[in-house]
Amino acid sequence: MSLTHLTIAEALKRLDSKEITSVELTEAHVRAIEGARALNAFIVETPELALEQAKAADARRAKGQAAALEGVPLAIKDLFCTKGVQTTAGSKILEGFVPTYESTVTANLWRDGAVMLGKANLDEFAMGSSNMTSAYGPVESPWRRKGDNHPLVPGGSSGGSAAAVAARLAPGATGTDTGGSIRQPAAFCGIVGMKPTYGRCSRWGTVAFASSLDQAGPFARTVEDTAIMLGSMSGYDPKDSTSVDMAVPDFRAAVGKSIKGLKIGVPKEYRVDGMSAEIDALWRQGEQWMKDAGAEIVPVSLPHTRYALATYYIVAPAECSSNLARYDGVRYGLRATGKDLTEQYENTRAEGFGAEVKRRILIGTYVLSAGYFDAYYIKAQKVRALIARDFTDAFKSCDLILTPTAPSAAFALGEKSADPIAMYLNDVFTVPASLAGLPGISVPAGLDSGGLPLGLQLIGRPFDEETVLAGAGALEKAAAFTAVPQIMAA
Amino acid sequence: MSLDAKDVAKIARLARIRVTEDEKIHLAAELSGVLQWVEELQQVNTDGIEPMTSVVGARLKTRPDVVDHSTTRDDVLANAPEAMAGFYTVPKVVE
Repeated sequence: MSLTHLTIAEALKRLDSKEITSVELTEAHVRAIEGARALNAFIVETPELALEQAKAADARRAKGQAAALEGVPLAIKDLFCTKGVQTTAGSKILEGFVPTYESTVTANLWRDGAVMLGKANLDEFAMGSSNMTSAYGPVESPWRRKGDNHPLVPGGSSGGSAAAVAARLAPGATGTDTGGSIRQPAAFCGIVGMKPTYGRCSRWGTVAFASSLDQAGPFARTVEDTAIMLGSMSGYDPKDSTSVDMAVPDFRAAVGKSIKGLKIGVPKEYRVDGMSAEIDALWRQGEQWMKDAGAEIVPVSLPHTRYALATYYIVAPAECSSNLARYDGVRYGLRATGKDLTEQYENTRAEGFGAEVKRRILIGTYVLSAGYFDAYYIKAQKVRALIARDFTDAFKSCDLILTPTAPSAAFALGEKSADPIAMYLNDVFTVPASLAGLPGISVPAGLDSGGLPLGLQLIGRPFDEETVLAGAGALEKAAAFTAVPQIMAA
Repeated sequence: MSLDAKDVAKIARLARIRVTEDEKIHLAAELSGVLQWVEELQQVNTDGIEPMTSVVGARLKTRPDVVDHSTTRDDVLANAPEAMAGFYTVPKVVE
């Protein structure tokens, strides 16, 4: 089997048995990335650094000091600050920014022996559902519709990460999820993507978008690999006041646990008007798979679901307008000229930010401004409390919630970008769990009539990633998804 | 809520983003569309509901009040587009 087709678990096994070295594994992925540049999945490739890290990993392994991800090459979303390697957040305003520090999540991965292949492309400041807002160009999905060679979006915002893992350019990748930015691209690209509970992974050193929602998580091709990565990424960090001081469970051990007797909630409010028959059928199939694995399906109600997107599109822009105030042309990044300081700020931000980022900053500024703060922002925070309470109530009668991940399969590049609200609707099934801070995972579950992947989502109780992973393992086993993209490393 | 070009100019000024006359008209339509869409939240009864500010416990941990050498001046200035003599520079603000 080609080295680029190994899962993380398989690669670790072969590294352990000395069948392969990290240098060989890393070189294979470096070549695969070079051969797939047309996808535009990476903003920066770091082959020299990768080989250096791989050699060091092989040396540690030879001394019997192999850590959990020793020698495994990964793609890193270009939202995580990496010391000495350009970090852009997909924005022109950060072009040339070379952090002098390392994000906690990536530092944890390097501590555990992982190797960095490069910085993966993303929507600008993680704002988008198609990867089309990146200042470094859109990412193409490695998938194609049957009989149609038109490029499709990989989803977003972690589109480069998802495309890289699907195209076998990396066995795993980091992502971040604010309203669905891991789960939706995972569904579009036919891979697994998990957003853990808010607070599970440190946000320190990750470029901030909406601080009460942003959460890092892994992409991989199996649930087990996702669990292995999450174990390394997680953990308390005194540098992030919202990171939770809790022990990191053995996530890998949770995968494969029986779900017999678990109650799986199916929320009636997610059966939205105009839902495609294919998505509906896949969802019902998912219920059947869970029943066959010994779980019980229970109807649940999340009555405020229909207000989640509107709530999100007040809360997230409000937080973004505050967070992105730091891009002032003084301390880092792009600096335009102006006759005075105010004009310099205005010109810098006009040149440095793209259209979607400006739109969200302006919406956020408006809803936080005097006279509108209570009507929009405080109102949205109250509705957010009701959405979170819906989940608390639902979890009184179930252990997991099963839904589709996205309302459709991937769309074509340029198909939806004219209307911002049409684009926002992509996140209708992922945003509610984000608002409530809950863990969620997308598992590839089938293909639509055009041959494109569709995902199912499982949502769990706060800090109960183990049950989410057990459920995801059962779904994965039943779905037996083996389809591969048309564009893939040999 | 519907915004016009004048409203956009005011918001853009608050956000410190220069917008052209054309952009103002375009943005007024786009932002009005989003604001009309989020209007639906007014239908929700939120009497007696506390605004949710955080999904994790609101109690922040404290740390000892001691100097920490986690970063240096040169590190902080390393990415400044213009730094001079150990300082950031900005256009003259005091006459």
